[in-house]
Amino acid sequence: MNEPVVRISGLHKRFGDNHVLRGIDLEVSRGEVVCIIGPSGSGKSTLLRCVNMLETPTGGTVRVLEHELTDPDCDIDRARTRIGMVFQSFNLFPHMSVLDNICVAQRKVLGRSAEDSAARARQLLARVGLSEKEAAYPAQLSGGQQQRVAIARALAMDPAVMLFDEATSALDPELVGEVLGVMRALADEGMTMLVVTHEMGFAANVGSRVVFMDGGVVVESGPPAEVLGNPREERTRRFLASVRNH
Amino acid sequence: MALTRRQRARAFRYGVYATSVAAVVAVALFVDWGKLSGALFQWDLVTEQFPEILTRAARNTLIFTVFGFIGGLGMGLLFALMRLSSVRPYRWFAATYIEIFRGIPLLVTLLLLGFGIPIATGWRWPNPYLQGVVPLSLVASAYMAETIRAGIEAVPRGQMEAARSLGMGYPRAMATIIIPQAFRIIVPPLTNELVLLIKDTSLISVLGVTDATKDLARFGRDGVNSSANATPLIVAGLVYLAMTLPLTQLVAWMERRTKAASR
Ligand SMILES: Nc1ncnc2c1ncn2[C@@H]1O[C@H](COP(=O)(O)OP(=O)(O)O)[C@@H](O)[C@H]1O
Ligand SMILES: [Mg+2]
Repeated sequence: MNEPVVRISGLHKRFGDNHVLRGIDLEVSRGEVVCIIGPSGSGKSTLLRCVNMLETPTGGTVRVLEHELTDPDCDIDRARTRIGMVFQSFNLFPHMSVLDNICVAQRKVLGRSAEDSAARARQLLARVGLSEKEAAYPAQLSGGQQQRVAIARALAMDPAVMLFDEATSALDPELVGEVLGVMRALADEGMTMLVVTHEMGFAANVGSRVVFMDGGVVVESGPPAEVLGNPREERTRRFLASVRNH
Repeated sequence: MALTRRQRARAFRYGVYATSVAAVVAVALFVDWGKLSGALFQWDLVTEQFPEILTRAARNTLIFTVFGFIGGLGMGLLFALMRLSSVRPYRWFAATYIEIFRGIPLLVTLLLLGFGIPIATGWRWPNPYLQGVVPLSLVASAYMAETIRAGIEAVPRGQMEAARSLGMGYPRAMATIIIPQAFRIIVPPLTNELVLLIKDTSLISVLGVTDATKDLARFGRDGVNSSANATPLIVAGLVYLAMTLPLTQLVAWMERRTKAASR
């Protein structure tokens, strides 16, 4: 059976009086690429950040593999090694070279040796097409290159699921493609992915499922062709129309 | 005819120049230069200060500064982390500590710890250097804590989030990701504090230092007393400058280098 890697149920998140997530149920199976779309402020980032406890949910449960993250006794740091996260703003460590960015957590968290972690880092740099940049510092790279390093850094932990929060939104338009290409290759290799994106083309072509969120709830969810091509809900239709007018 | 703004600004500037030149000329005319230079800078008295002003006085000033700085930095880091802690009593304690030691003059802290505590408890400072270094670093740590906290807060939030999302615990993320970046940011203010510390060591002489622990300022003052001439203090001031100027230059260079490396 294909048991889910991520299982979110009855998830609520409030920031003070702001009730941002209002009961989210979502499962991501192994190898699935779930794309989350929705208007700005609908809680997509908050949902993703609740999956690895960068935000603490105010209600409901989040499970990743055998880790019940919402359980107070859960070893969050250990669980997080299984959850890769890629941020809109890359968040590479500016005081470290590209290679060190990818090695530091392998060594300090997983306890890998310097040689093993460097070997793994080089393998991943080759995969994202940046082998020649291992000695560079983040500030010497373009946005697209930085984001590819960030993806390699997350992959170096051998995560079971990757979270992408608008990974291409901060990029110049001509650099979006190289990052989406890496993400697509990752999906093709069978990585389980939860992707918040405004790239409808990516959601349509790479997503195994599209989830439309609005006002802190999942409005509609299903195969890309249905949700994007023939949405059931009026809100989804309005959102897609507004996106396509741009 | 009305003047334009630029003409008015220029007229004002010339006025300032003229006043300054007049003041300098007046000082030059009315001051007895021979007498003044004799009292301030007598060459045989200058040479008389050496080598002791370096081998003893400057050395002691350096000892107080270096250990005061190391102690202040270590404790300052600790108090900065406590101020940023999620544990309320830690925050409260650090904030109180910082306010107290920034609010009391160093001179008073020196006297309180150097004399007050021994008088009150009968306990004696085991080492005259310690008697100066401990109050100095306690006060320095209060200032440095605020500088370090500002540096830590200047590191973008995303850095901590990226480190945590890779499975690093809070202490490890702080130590390997946040604090190294924070220290790069605070090299300039921290150096200012080092320079201030060099100068602040001059207050330690109120503790009645022995001959062996005499610092630069005390050395200059004793020289003035024994020679009835200000030259020893002038020389001491020049030695202070010789310590502070290279430091600020060195840091300026390090900043330029860091900037170039991270570009
Ligand atoms: N750390 C936070 N503190 C307070 N409010 C927040 C915080 N993060 C997000 N929010 C609020 O939660 C809502 C949803 O934000 P977000 O999840 O970023 O939406 P999206 O990613 O869909 O644009 C917004 O109203 C935002 O202001
Ligand atoms: Mg967002």
